[in-house]
Amino acid sequence: MKAGKLAKGTGFYLLVAVIVFSAVFPFYYAILSSMKSGSELFRSDLFPASWNLGNYRSVFRDQPFATTIWNSLQVSFAVVALSLFLAITAAFALARIQFRGRALLLLTILGVSMFPQVAVLSGMYQMIRALGLYNHLLGLVLSYMIFTLPFTVWVLTTFMRDLPKELEEAAILEGASSWVIVTRVFLPLMWPALVTTGLLAFIAAWNEFLFALTFTYTESQRTVPLGIALMSGASPHELPWGNIMAASVIVTVPLIGLVLVFQRRIVSGLTAGAVKG
Amino acid sequence: MTEPSTTESHPDSAILLRGIGKSFGRTRVLDGIDLEVKKGELCVFVGPSGCGKSTLLRLIAGLESATEGELLIGGQRMNDVAPSKRGLAMVFQSYALYPHMTVYQNLAFGLSLGKTERAEADRRIKEAARMLQIEPLLDRLPKQLSGGQRQRVAIGRAITRQPRMYLFDEPLSNLDASLRVSMRAELSRLHKELRTTMVYVTHDQVEAMTLADRIVVLNVGHVEQVGTPLDVYHRPRTLFAAGFLGSPKMNFLRGKVTEVGEHRVVVGLDGGGSAAAHVEPGIIQVDDAVTVGIRPEHLRVVAGDQGAFSATVQLVENLGDHLLLHLDRRQIDGRIIVKLVERRAREGDVIGFELPPEDCHVFDDSGVALARSDLGAAPRSGTD
Repeated sequence: MKAGKLAKGTGFYLLVAVIVFSAVFPFYYAILSSMKSGSELFRSDLFPASWNLGNYRSVFRDQPFATTIWNSLQVSFAVVALSLFLAITAAFALARIQFRGRALLLLTILGVSMFPQVAVLSGMYQMIRALGLYNHLLGLVLSYMIFTLPFTVWVLTTFMRDLPKELEEAAILEGASSWVIVTRVFLPLMWPALVTTGLLAFIAAWNEFLFALTFTYTESQRTVPLGIALMSGASPHELPWGNIMAASVIVTVPLIGLVLVFQRRIVSGLTAGAVKG
Repeated sequence: MTEPSTTESHPDSAILLRGIGKSFGRTRVLDGIDLEVKKGELCVFVGPSGCGKSTLLRLIAGLESATEGELLIGGQRMNDVAPSKRGLAMVFQSYALYPHMTVYQNLAFGLSLGKTERAEADRRIKEAARMLQIEPLLDRLPKQLSGGQRQRVAIGRAITRQPRMYLFDEPLSNLDASLRVSMRAELSRLHKELRTTMVYVTHDQVEAMTLADRIVVLNVGHVEQVGTPLDVYHRPRTLFAAGFLGSPKMNFLRGKVTEVGEHRVVVGLDGGGSAAAHVEPGIIQVDDAVTVGIRPEHLRVVAGDQGAFSATVQLVENLGDHLLLHLDRRQIDGRIIVKLVERRAREGDVIGFELPPEDCHVFDDSGVALARSDLGAAPRSGTD
């Protein structure tokens, strides 16, 4: 009896250990590698031999990595801000106003997100060129919204649809315009959904590679994933693994920080609307 | 377009509905509603669910628009006026308080939108809070309040706007029974204090009877009867109005007219017995099928076979101060309920009953009541 319980407990924690290990190990190995230099890189140690931060310094000294991060921050925050603004206004219309073709419109929005990025790449390229946004961060902001908007609109629409109708009607009777209803009545109730979708949009924009590769060509316009992938070593034949790993660790930290800060909001956001509170 | 004439012809009307109709797609919800709500009165729309009473209220509020007809508030055509410009405040069944705002902010929200001065807004909020005894709650969030407190806040929010009219949409339905009784009394007091026109929607006939200056009985999209509570109770115009008001509801006995006299109709009841009623026969003739209505408290017990009919007591419900007898008369649709105050009875007893002529209602086969003669003891109340 007692032994069986013990075995069950051990089994459970063993399973947890396996899952945690498989999830964390690649990242751990990246951290490990980021502290190595030269030939150390080619030894597969499981523990750091020394705390060597040389790679971190070199990323900022030898590579234009600060610019790259700044670019990414600009693009990601712009994408989040624009996506949320457009999604909130769209969600109000889609969730609260009766009009012909509403369901079709919603399906179309969802349909857009079904295409793989490669499929829209050439069309997008033409559009960016025509708008004069080639090799411009704004071009990236515009193109990223093609994959952030569908899910922000959908999530916010369902969320807004679940808000009680009487709230809106009470506000209407008190003389509130649609804009006031959205900003002063609905928005404060939608924080969990906004934080969750905003964070997902941020991560998507932060990690995007294909569009960034296609729509920029100078080093000064590169975003983080591109900057890391195109990092060059001292000679054309050398891949600066140490630098790459250091850069990867650096750019992951903000994401982890954001998730930690908004952790509780995310959980309530992901389950919001599932069960009537 | 026809404003001026209406202002003159109905100086004391707060709301005037003329031929109001409303359809949702193919479904006809309201049909040719003509109605006047007088200034300062508490008018209750009552009816079963789906009768269109809420739609009618929302139409007055401007949350729905009429498909046809004219809506006048204070003598002015309001069909196309924005809800907030109609000068009315509405209290919802679900309270509809803004969850992220404190009670104070809830009360202040509409005022700040209406550009009311801060000092004036504050004065009004304090005043409303005092009136409703919610002063200690001003800093709380709605989720920290009980149902009754929330409803008070919702009413307070309406009061601060100083509307020319209040609309209540089943405001007490979400409260438990005892709270409902005390809130009902409070609403009644509030109406006397404010002296503002109130339109109140409910499906609860007790609320309608106790609160209303005038009751509007609605059924499947049309008005069955308008009148004071006692008037509708004692002089129902239709079978529906008669059956809807009063608890337990009025008993209906089918029969055929056997005798028509002056101020008097005698009906032979299906299944034996007969009842005389003090009503004006009008065009009714001998042999016409009619329904006799009598309230549970009006049936009188008589000894032996002298009464109109006798029946077996199937069930006795003892409510302390009175008994309710459920009678079984197999020939008649529905069961007969008798309210006894002084007598006792047991299940299985066979009891004879008399139908006092002054308390009998007679409805023709289209459900319209014959006018009651003023010979009876029914109290006269209201006019229309």
